[in-house]
Order: sequence, then structure tokens, then C-alpha cells
Amino acid sequence: MSPLSTVAPPTIKKPSAVRTRMRSGARYAPTLATLVLFILMFIVGAGMYPSFLSGQVLLNLFIDNTFLIVLAVGMTFVILTGGIDLSVGAVVALSMMVTATMLQNGWNPGIVILAVLVIGGGLGLLMGLIIQYFDIQPFIVTLAGMFLARGLCYVISLESIPVTDPFFTGMAQARIPLSEELFISPGVLIALVVVGVAFFVLHHTRFGRTVYAIGGNEHSAMLMGLAVKSTKVLVYSVSGLCSAIAGILFSFYSLSGYSLAAQGMELDAIAAVVIGGTLLTGGVGYVLGSVVGVLVLGIVQTFIAYDGTLSSWWTKIVIGGLLLVFILLQRLFTRRTN
Amino acid sequence: MAAHVVQNLPRAATARINTEKISRMNELAPVVEMTGIAIGFPGVKALDDVSFRLFPGEVHALMGENGAGKSTLIKALTGVYTIDSGRITVLGQQKNFSTPAESQAAGVSTVYQEVNLCPNLTVEENVLLGREPRRRGSIDWRSVRTRTREVLAQLHLEHVDPGSLLSEHSIAVQQLIAIARSVEVNAKVLVLDEPTSSLDADEVNQLFRVIRDLRDRGVAILFVSHFLEQVYELSDRMTVLRNGKLVGEYMTRELSRMNLISKMIGKDLEVLEELDQASARSQARLAAGAQPFMQAEGLGRKGSVSGVNLSIYPGEVVGLAGLLGAGRTETARLLFGADKSDEGSIKVKGQPLKLRSPRTAIDHGIGFCSEDRKEEGLIGDLTVRDNLVLAMQATKGWARRIPRRVQDELVAEFIETLDIRPANPDALIRNLSGGNQQKVLLARWMVTSPDLLILDEPTRGIDIGAKTQIQKLVNRLASEGMSILFISSELEEVLRLSDRIAIIKDRAMVAEISNDDVSVEDVLTVIAGGAQ
Amino acid sequence: MKSVLKNRLAWPVIALVALLAVNQIFRGDFLSLRMQDGHLYGSIIDIMRNGAPTILIALGMTLVIASRGIDLSVGAVVAIAGAASCAYIAASPEPASPATAAVAVVIAVVAGLVLGVWNGFLVSTIGVQPIIATLVLMTAGRGIAQLITDGQIVSVTNDSYKAIGAGYLFTLPISILITAVVFILAAVLTRRTALGTLIEAVGINPVASRLAGLRARNIIWIVYIFSAFCAAIAGLMISSNVTAADANNAGLYIEMDAILAVVIGGTSLAGGRYSLVGTVVGAFIIQTLTTTVYTLGIPPEVTLVFKALVVLTVCLLQAPKARNLLRNLKPASPLRTKEKVAV
Repeated sequence: MSPLSTVAPPTIKKPSAVRTRMRSGARYAPTLATLVLFILMFIVGAGMYPSFLSGQVLLNLFIDNTFLIVLAVGMTFVILTGGIDLSVGAVVALSMMVTATMLQNGWNPGIVILAVLVIGGGLGLLMGLIIQYFDIQPFIVTLAGMFLARGLCYVISLESIPVTDPFFTGMAQARIPLSEELFISPGVLIALVVVGVAFFVLHHTRFGRTVYAIGGNEHSAMLMGLAVKSTKVLVYSVSGLCSAIAGILFSFYSLSGYSLAAQGMELDAIAAVVIGGTLLTGGVGYVLGSVVGVLVLGIVQTFIAYDGTLSSWWTKIVIGGLLLVFILLQRLFTRRTN
Repeated sequence: MAAHVVQNLPRAATARINTEKISRMNELAPVVEMTGIAIGFPGVKALDDVSFRLFPGEVHALMGENGAGKSTLIKALTGVYTIDSGRITVLGQQKNFSTPAESQAAGVSTVYQEVNLCPNLTVEENVLLGREPRRRGSIDWRSVRTRTREVLAQLHLEHVDPGSLLSEHSIAVQQLIAIARSVEVNAKVLVLDEPTSSLDADEVNQLFRVIRDLRDRGVAILFVSHFLEQVYELSDRMTVLRNGKLVGEYMTRELSRMNLISKMIGKDLEVLEELDQASARSQARLAAGAQPFMQAEGLGRKGSVSGVNLSIYPGEVVGLAGLLGAGRTETARLLFGADKSDEGSIKVKGQPLKLRSPRTAIDHGIGFCSEDRKEEGLIGDLTVRDNLVLAMQATKGWARRIPRRVQDELVAEFIETLDIRPANPDALIRNLSGGNQQKVLLARWMVTSPDLLILDEPTRGIDIGAKTQIQKLVNRLASEGMSILFISSELEEVLRLSDRIAIIKDRAMVAEISNDDVSVEDVLTVIAGGAQ
Repeated sequence: MKSVLKNRLAWPVIALVALLAVNQIFRGDFLSLRMQDGHLYGSIIDIMRNGAPTILIALGMTLVIASRGIDLSVGAVVAIAGAASCAYIAASPEPASPATAAVAVVIAVVAGLVLGVWNGFLVSTIGVQPIIATLVLMTAGRGIAQLITDGQIVSVTNDSYKAIGAGYLFTLPISILITAVVFILAAVLTRRTALGTLIEAVGINPVASRLAGLRARNIIWIVYIFSAFCAAIAGLMISSNVTAADANNAGLYIEMDAILAVVIGGTSLAGGRYSLVGTVVGAFIIQTLTTTVYTLGIPPEVTLVFKALVVLTVCLLQAPKARNLLRNLKPASPLRTKEKVAV
């Protein structure tokens, strides 16, 4: 019994500096590709329709998609851990229903918003707890969460409920001027604050780094003594909270609550996150990438609106196509790095 | 407390203390003391009344066959498992770990065989994950960088860029980074679970230098390895386990290799000698001028192996020797089409053949038992029967199911001839022991009656009884006319079984020698010198 | 008794029986069947008829899940199949003839097969994760269906076509018979051949399967094609039942129901061993649940809430951790149970 490995031929393997830099750069490649795509689309749009080339068209992408930005932020947390949250669209609808109903019954808008946040965060927390402590796939638990939230919407009302509260209508109509011609809505500010907070949390707190660690290798993260369990529970709570915020922003935007609202929005959120460069297996991705992903989806819609001859269903087909392209790109990148 | 411990030390340990550590009496208290540990899983008693002690400044090897309870004991110490009964004290304090985090907080750090870090994060993040220095609630990335540089320098890893991704580095460097992580916490106890199994010799030396360094700084090191030579090279003391029970604690230099082995397996080594006679077979079988079954010429793959020239004749056993990581498995995978070659050529029965997939190889009469039984061999949730006929069924295609009656006959035959236990065709294969799983996998290929069977480490990690059976089987198959390519880390085994030996070094084939009166030393000379 | 409870089918069957019992208690005639005009009527028949599309899709989904995959695109395939067949009938010169209906059926099935080939291509050849690969078609599919119908709801008047979803044959609804035929087809396809075992092998350990000479690519292709085939038949059934193609709402959320049926039926979402009978039982549970909501006089709006709770309960009952919890009334070390499964 003489294992050979005690004999030593002297060879030293060191990764060359060039290779190192290239590989590290690959982390940002998908997100950069999305950014380039966005800029190209904008340039092409400007070439085709002169009115496209205005700052306000760009700002409208934000104004029209505040809720989707916030949803994508929450979804990014979940997908980074390697999970998925299918409940977000339904939680948006539920938040809108709760908002509309409570306001209709004369509650103070502040309390309404607080209640919605608590409900959204609480639902997320509940799903996270079930996923973690009973070891059930996130996919199926959040699916149940989706049914639950949608069902609760139906229970509240099958009809659309208008929102007439002065604070909400004020928020819906308010415009924050940036220059003489350019403006944004308060919702955009809120969404950007959410993005900023998420960025800080993901990159400058231990919680955020644990999110990435779990996506990289959950078992290792556990053996390294990280707070894996609580982090995994919390990301769903973060996603639930983001859904609630998105619901409020959507209420600002649509000034109503409707139980069938935000159907399929979870797909848009997932698409935005994927197009923004987050690996669906977790561990790699950026919240800013997801924002760019939302903007790409937004610009597709703007395109189709500008064109006038294209029917609305082309949006779905194009988003599906983009999703496909980016998935294939991901495939290419992960193959190369492995 | 300390005095009490000294009195209870076994004679060997006291001797060492008296001679070597007399000036450090205050460190005599064990850092870790585990007494009467029991852990049971449904139906199995994994650990039964096991005691274990670890002293500062020593490398302590935990020895035993697979299934002896080594991993379980380690996992009890590192908080992955909770113990059913017994007592664990670390630094004199009684502990009841229920998570790895608690164990780490108590000063116990662990580096596992499959590097348990996050490949998607940078080196510095991996070193400091969960302990990042913070300023006003925000991670202070500048301090993270400085701190990582310091720690890496301590382990002679200055060339590693703290900002590079972990996945860019070799397994060896990743393992050292894992150690860096434990150095960073100032761990009192470092547990190394099979750290060398995927390293080449040079990397092992680098690792050992770091381990000795840490030991000299007073860290208590618990070392688990299947490589006896490494254990003898590195460890001061060892604890031997068998079947979940404690056999004893010994000074390494006072326990001979033979004694250690008999304590690990609990019986003498007659079986091995018996086999020696069985393998004394004549070379006459190889008729002059016979056509080789398979010929590889200059076979290679970028980043894997190159220059493999190998002819395998019907009815002979060709041994593939070389250092672990030298390219043995890679060669086997090329010959089986598991990886595609990008240079050289293969001829089967004189006809050129392009191996695009394992399936092509199988269709041409080649079989391959991977070294990684669990990941690349077993279909764990299927039965012994399904696993056994899988390769045969695969060649027939899904539409032509092997009739149940034929399946039953085949399975019954192989359960009997290979002595597979339990002899139940409908048992799930994941519930079988390693040796029996290996036999089922061998049977999977035997039912396809291949002309060439490639066996990559078929006897690793299985008990001695099954090992002997498999070695005998290799002999028998060859004498029935099958060609066998036999890969093993144990040179003696290769020498005993093979007619010829091909030697792989530094990811290229360097020599081919006929095995008459070749000794282990001869082969080692080739490997060390690279001479033809 | 204990060994009976250990059977994977035990819990789903108990749940189904319990649900039926609840209905029988609240409505005495629930389990009774009656003949009228040579047709069999009764709540059970209704449940089977309404559940037929879900069962069909769940059968396909079972094999996909067993191969370690998932098919989220089935709802979109339902919409496309319905849209294609109805658009053809509406545009044909003889919109009422049986021949037109036959061609429409062929078109829908071929459309389904093509979409299945597409999904299979992405998963097996390109190597995209199934959940993502089928997400593409799930997102784009309804757009394609709307493209076919030009965004309209296409109504058709064709008795032969209507018979698929609403007709009777041998006293039974044709949709039930079609479902039974597909079930038998699936059972024969997987158990009389080696397909079932090979699907399980690929689902349990793809790497080892490849090294054993298995051509996983073909197997994976077959399961996605079969899944889309089932979805296309279901799409025909749904559009035929309402004699119209609704690109937006046909088969909406049916992928969820199908996945739930599979999970309730005892097939693990992690792939590997599966049970077609379990899936059928699971689909019945889901359909019976909807009926139960009506029977109990609960407002139908609540159905979804109810479904969510049942799904959670079933998943909890199947989760090893929850079972341990029930058995010992104290939490077992989670890691140890995991380790045991792995070994």
C-alpha cells in the first residue's frame, strides 16, 4: 500500500494575470450586454422616430414602470439565492385591493400604506418560513402564495374599486420637474430609493453577501457558519415587501384596485431580472442590471406604441424572444467560466 | 483539571509529552475532549461510545475504513450533527453544538474535501464572509482587502489576488484559501477532512508545509486521509475507529503500517496473499502477432492529457499508473468517449473509430466504471435490478424493453456470482454498502459482455473483503478473454493484477512497461525520473 | 396498516376519499349516477369531465417532472392549439363539415408537437434549465396565440368539433374517453417499454445515465413532446367545449393545476420516480376541491384561497421534515435527515 501521491514532481501552477482579469470581467458581461442593447434600441428608436430622442421618453420608461422596477429588485434578491417567487404579481394585486378598500372605508393613507407593507412583508415571511423549515421547493410554496393572494383579492371584491383619496390622487398627478421640459413622478423617486437601498444591502452588508454566498453554494455557506436559514427566509420577506411597495406604486399609477390586476407580472419581473444578467441558478447578478432589464422591457413597449401598426401582443412575443436570447447568452457565459 | 488529564493520558501520549512538551505543561489540557459520543441514524449506530482527544500543537490523524465513523465524529465536532449522548468540551468548556456556526464560534474550523467555499465570490470575500469588518453598519471593503492580504501572506499565498474569483483558482489553492479562512479567525482547532484527495503531489507538499506551520504555532490539527503515507508523514498521533467504535489512540511512530491496517480492518491480511497466488498467471495467453482490441495513438485533449499511445490486447490486464491527478481518469474518459479527444486517433479491432459519446464506445464493446461511484455510477433511487440492466437496456433503446424474465435471470445470476448483499433485486441501490454498489456497477457492464472494461479505482473506499473479490473478478474476466484497463492509486494492486503497465505523468503518457518482475520501486523510479 | 400508509399513493387516495365523503355528507345525491337520454350524469361524471384537461396536461407534466424538468408552457400551448384549430375552422370554406374539424384537430396536434420539439430542443440540445426554457414559450406563447386569432375570440360552429369537449360516446362524455385513452397510452408507452425506467434514471442521475450509454437527449425530447401533445389535446378540448378560442384565457393557470396534481400525486418535483395513477388522483383532488367549494356553499371566489391551503397542506404532509415533526412531536435535526436521503 503505497499511494503515489507522496512523490513530488516540482510543477507550479499559477493562474496568469491576464486570464484572471478576463474571467473576473465575465461577471459583468451579461449586464453590460443588456446596457448596450438598451442604448442600441434607444438609438434605433431615435433614428426611426425623431420624437423618440427626448429625455422625457427616457424618463417615461421609469414613470411607467416604477412598480416593475421595485418588483424586479425584490425578485433579484430571491433569484440570487437560487430561489424563485411566483407570488409577486398576485401580492401586487392584493396590495392594491387592500389599499383601495381601506381608503374607501376612510382609513388614513399613512396607516393604509403601513398595513399594506406589513401584509406584503408578512406574506413573504410566511412563505420563506415554510420554504426553509419544511424544506419545500420555493416554486411550489410561492405558487400556493400566489393562489392565496389572488384568492384573497377575489374575497375582497370581484369589482374594480376606485381610489379617490386626495393623497393618492395627489401622488398620481404630482410631477417633479427636473428642468423646463423634463419631469418625473414621485413614484420614480420611491423606486430609485428602493433600488439604492437594495444596492447598499446587497453589496455593503453581511446579509447581502450571505445572499450571494447562498446562491454560490448553499451547503458551503452553511458550513462557513453564515446565517443561511434566516437569510433565505428574509429574501422572501424582502420580495413580499417589494411587492407591497410595487402595489402601492401601481395604485398611484392606476388609482384603482382590481382583483385581476397585475396578471402575469411575475413573468415580467423574472424576465427583467434574467435580461438584466442575473443567473437563474443564483449567486451572480446585480440589482442595477435588473433595473436595466426593466428599462429594456419598457422600451420594447414604447417601440410598439410608437410604431402604431404593431399589435400589443407583439410585446409578449418580443419579450419572450429577448428572454430566449439572454438565456442563451447566460448559457454561453456559464459554459465559458466552467 | 489539567493534572487529572495528565494522569489519564495513555502511556504513549505521556511519553511524548514528557520528552517533547515538558516546557509547555500549561498547554497539556486537550483543546478538544469528546467522551462517550453516540450518534444513531434510523437502523444504524454510526458512533457508539467513542472518545477522542486533541491537544494543541499536534497533528492528530483519525483513521478507519469507510463507514468506521470518521466523518460522523468530525461532523459531531463541527456541529453538523447533534450528538445523542456523550460530552464535548472545547477549551475546557462543555459544548452542545447544533450548528456549524456555534462550533466555529468555539474555535473549531473545518476544511472539507470538496472545498466548501463559494466559487462565485472573490477570494477576499470567501476568507472573511460573515466576519467582514464593518464601519457604521457598512462593510469596510478596504479593511477586507488589507486583512485578506495579511492572512494570505501568512500562508505563502502572496501570488493570489484577493479580488479574483475563487473559481479561477485550482482546487489546491482553493483549499489553502479555506485554510486561510480558518487562520483568519485564529482557530484553535483545524479539522482537515480528506484535504489531499484531489491534489497532486506538489500541491500536497504545499499544503503540508502550511499545516506544519500552523501546528508549530500551537493549532491543534485533526487530519483525516485515506493515504497512509501522508498520515505517517504528517501526523504525531492517531485515533483508530472501526464500525463506529473506538479501537484506540496511538503515537504514530510507535504503530507500524501493518499494525495500523490490522487495527483498521480488525483482521489479518491473509486474504491479500491468497490473491497474489491467484494472479500469478502466464503471459503465454498473449499469442504473438495477435491483433490489439484497442489502439490509441497520440490521443489527447486540450487541458486534459496528451500523447496517449496504448494498445490493449484481448485477455490482458493493462494497469494505468501515475500520480493522483496525473491524468489517469482523464485518459480513461478519452478512451470511453466521455470526453471528446481533439488530437490523435483510436482504432478498435483495427478500424479507426471516432468516439463522440460513451454510447459510441459502448456500441463498440467498451465499458467504463467511473471512480466516482455516487455521482457517475449509481442511479440511487432505482433498484439493484434497474441499475444492473441499465447499460444493456440503454444499448437496446427505450422501445425494446428487456423482458422481465430475462432481467430476473441476469440479476439472480450476478447477485450469486458476485455475492451481492442483500441478495434482493428490488432493494434500492443507495441502501447498499459501497462494496456491494461497486459490484452491481461491475455487473452492469458484465451483462453487456464488453471486449474492454475500463475500471477507474474500482476498489477505492470499499471494505477489504469486497476489494479482494473484485480483484479476483478482474483476474477471472481477463482469463475469459476480456481486456481490462485497470486504474488504481495503490501500486501494489496494479502490479499484482496487470500484465503491462502504462504510466501517466504530468498529464501525458510517459512509459509502458511489461510487468514481469517489476517492483513498486521500478515504477516509482519511472514516475519520479520520467525515464523511458 | 402501516405498510399501506407508507405507500406513496396512500395519502392522495385518503385525501380524495375524504373530499368525496365530505361532499356526500353535505349532498346526499353526490355519489349517485343516473342515466338520461343514454348519457350518464352525476357529480362524479362532472368532476371527471371538467377535470379532463387538467388530467391530460398533468400526465404529460408527470413525465417531464420525472426527467428532472418542468413545463411551464402548457397553458400557452393550450391557447395556441385552440387558436390554430378554431382559426382554421373559421377561415375554411366549409366551417361546419366533419372533415374540416378533422383537419383542425391535426393542425392543433401538429402545432403542439412542434412546440414540444422546440422545448425539447432548448432543454436537451442547448442545455437550458427547463423552468427557464419553457418560461420563454410561456411568455411568448400567448402572444403567438393572439397573433393567430388577431386578438379576437374566434367562435366556431362545427358539431364534430364540439363533440370533442361536449359530446358523448357509449354513455360517457367523449372528453373522459379521450383522457382515458391518453392515460393508457402513457402507461403503455412508459411501462411496457423501458421508457419509464430510463426517464427515472435520467431524472435521478443524468451524469451516471450518460456514462451507462443512455441517450438522455432523446428521452428528454420525448417527454417534452409528449407534454405538449397532451396540452394540445387539452387545448382542443377546452376550445371545443366553449366552441371558441380565447387566446388570453384558455388554459390560464392550468400549468399550475397540472404541477399541483403531479405533486399531490406523490411525484417529487426533484425528479426521479413517478406515478401516473398518483397524478390522476391528484388531478381529481384538485377538481373535486372546486366542486366541494360549491357543495359547501362557500362563495366560489374563495376557491383559490382554498386551493392554496390544500396545496400547502399536501406539500407539508409530503415533506419529510413535517412528517418527522408529526411523528416525534419534536423537530429532528434537519441536517441529519438530509444527509440520510443523500447517502
